[in-house]
Amino acid sequence: MATITTTPRGTAAERASELNVLVRKQRSLWQDAWWRLRRNRAAVLGMIIVILFMVVAATVPLMTQLGWIKDPLKQDTPNSLMEPIWTQSKFTLSTYPFGSDQLGRDILSRLLWSTQISMLVGFVPISIVFLLGVSIGLAAGYYGGWIDQILMRITDVIYAFPDLLFLFIIMATLRNSPFGDIQGGLMLIFVAIAIVGWVGMARLVRGQVLSLKEREFVEAARAIGAPARRIMVRHLFPNLLAPVIVSVAFGIPSAMLAEATLSFFGIGIRPPTPSWGVMINEGFVVFSTTAWPVLLPALCISVVMLAFTFLGDGLRDALDPRMKL
Amino acid sequence: MALLEVNGLRTQFFTRDGVVRAVDGVTFEVGAGETLGIVGESGCGKSVTALSLMRLIPQPPGKIVEGTILFDGQDILKMDDDDVRAIRGHSIAMIFQDPMTSLNPVLTISRQISEALELHMKMDKSEARKRTIELLELVQIPSAKKRLDDYPHQFSGGMRQRVMIAMALSCNPKLILADEPTTALDVTIQAQILDLLKNLAREFRTAFILITHDLGVVAGMTQRIHVMYAGQIVEKADTGELFANPKMPYTWGLLRSIPRLDESRRAKLVPIEGLPPDLIAPPPGCRFEPRCQYRREICKEKQPELTVVPNAKADHESRCWGTQDVPGGGWLIQTDWRKEIGDTHVLEEIKQEAASETATEGLGE
Repeated sequence: MATITTTPRGTAAERASELNVLVRKQRSLWQDAWWRLRRNRAAVLGMIIVILFMVVAATVPLMTQLGWIKDPLKQDTPNSLMEPIWTQSKFTLSTYPFGSDQLGRDILSRLLWSTQISMLVGFVPISIVFLLGVSIGLAAGYYGGWIDQILMRITDVIYAFPDLLFLFIIMATLRNSPFGDIQGGLMLIFVAIAIVGWVGMARLVRGQVLSLKEREFVEAARAIGAPARRIMVRHLFPNLLAPVIVSVAFGIPSAMLAEATLSFFGIGIRPPTPSWGVMINEGFVVFSTTAWPVLLPALCISVVMLAFTFLGDGLRDALDPRMKL
Repeated sequence: MALLEVNGLRTQFFTRDGVVRAVDGVTFEVGAGETLGIVGESGCGKSVTALSLMRLIPQPPGKIVEGTILFDGQDILKMDDDDVRAIRGHSIAMIFQDPMTSLNPVLTISRQISEALELHMKMDKSEARKRTIELLELVQIPSAKKRLDDYPHQFSGGMRQRVMIAMALSCNPKLILADEPTTALDVTIQAQILDLLKNLAREFRTAFILITHDLGVVAGMTQRIHVMYAGQIVEKADTGELFANPKMPYTWGLLRSIPRLDESRRAKLVPIEGLPPDLIAPPPGCRFEPRCQYRREICKEKQPELTVVPNAKADHESRCWGTQDVPGGGWLIQTDWRKEIGDTHVLEEIKQEAASETATEGLGE
């Protein structure tokens, strides 16, 4: 094919603009967002804490195997309800640094193992929510019609109940079925949280798509012959990723909190599997003797919640500077 | 056989207030390598015509209710969706009005240009990338190689329109629809973009339909011009013929409202009074009659057809009783539009009507 470049006037200007390009740093939208996120101290702190908890969650089986921490399930009744080391008047190298609970189980070990449950409950259902919510939301928003109608009716039903009540209903009815027994009830919790959560994500995505699909670049994409699926995946999805990421960042801690709440009420994780909610529940019995079995897991929950909230806020500010909430 | 033959195209929008007849029986053809200009005011159906050609009318509320669009001998309106998609961007490409919003803000320039290449030419990533560089150089984007992975926001308006042109050219289409390609750009850039379009059209022998409200834009660009008003074509002529010997009072009005540098300073611009008609209930007679200074009784009663006019080139057609040699018409055949502005008392009437119309509209809101 013939070209009509290199007009005489082009050469000088071209060289100048080439220099210009060399000097200027190339930045994508995501790099911009990452830069903004890094400048936000609270978000960086939140991110560090989250990463720390994730590392703990990943390495806790290894730590137990190496004998650095005790078996979280091993009972040691003579040594029950030991105080943590910082409350003892003179420093002793105790074998229970964070004390023990009423069955003599090591609280430190149980806290660390709970991290794993929390992280799983945080990430697995949210991944399901992400997949379901984004694909259904895209289809409903883009096609409209009956897909949209069905989505909105399901949404109405799930929105009619408070989230927690819905979770309670699902957990209470299915807990004693064979399915509720898998992995100490973990699988049922995943499914329950995903069922409650995907609707919100689908609605968020649908709303975004409804406004995005009127934009001219979607028409331009149709004008070059892109099929609907390609438009949704390649053109719409990257445009709505920012609010979706923010929603995921806030969804993870709320899923964790939901698990803790369910476990606290005794319909979440089955004891003796440790989880922060389970620990608070069990610690309540001995609350009048010592508060530590309740306080320590509560503290863990608060720290993780706070970390995720900082991170979520930071992500929101970084990804969409115009969005004011 | 012409490349594109549009016959009796009717596109309507079904709204709560009634059926909007946005395109009402449009017939025209474009030969291979030919450039055609479609000119008219805002809301006269130019863009809807272009979108109909590619079957991009949002449906509902829009619908193409009648007509045929023969492209390369095949009726686009009878194809299934996959066949139409195969034509879009491949044989017929479109350049949109606003390059600021027509590019996806979160995708790089190279990804957006390669998309059509990957879709229609079945190129792989590296081939498409190579071709993208060629295309960017073709539309004269400096240091194309380095700007390939830029995002649209790093490009200026003129450069984005060049990218849009590159996208349109990517698969060597036979026909390009350019819908107001320079309206969103400032004047100096407009000239550059028009120049580029003209050269590329000539070089690749691509047929062009240039849609604009600006007669100045089409003057240097096109071989033929169709003037549209209220969903219909009201005048068809060669570009030179149209400017030298226009035969329809609406075209006269358009020509009068272009400022000219070669005229004396005292010469006033004469706008067309009033507003285009409501396309839900267009006037029963000539659609331009309510705003026409040359109108007679017949204009109100019967709608004129688009027919060859006497006293002009052979393929010059117009839709006006005054310039047609029929019983009851033909009073404008000898009129020199530059000298006779029409009946002054009719002009006053139109002005008053327009004023009262805007006043009642103001009250209504």
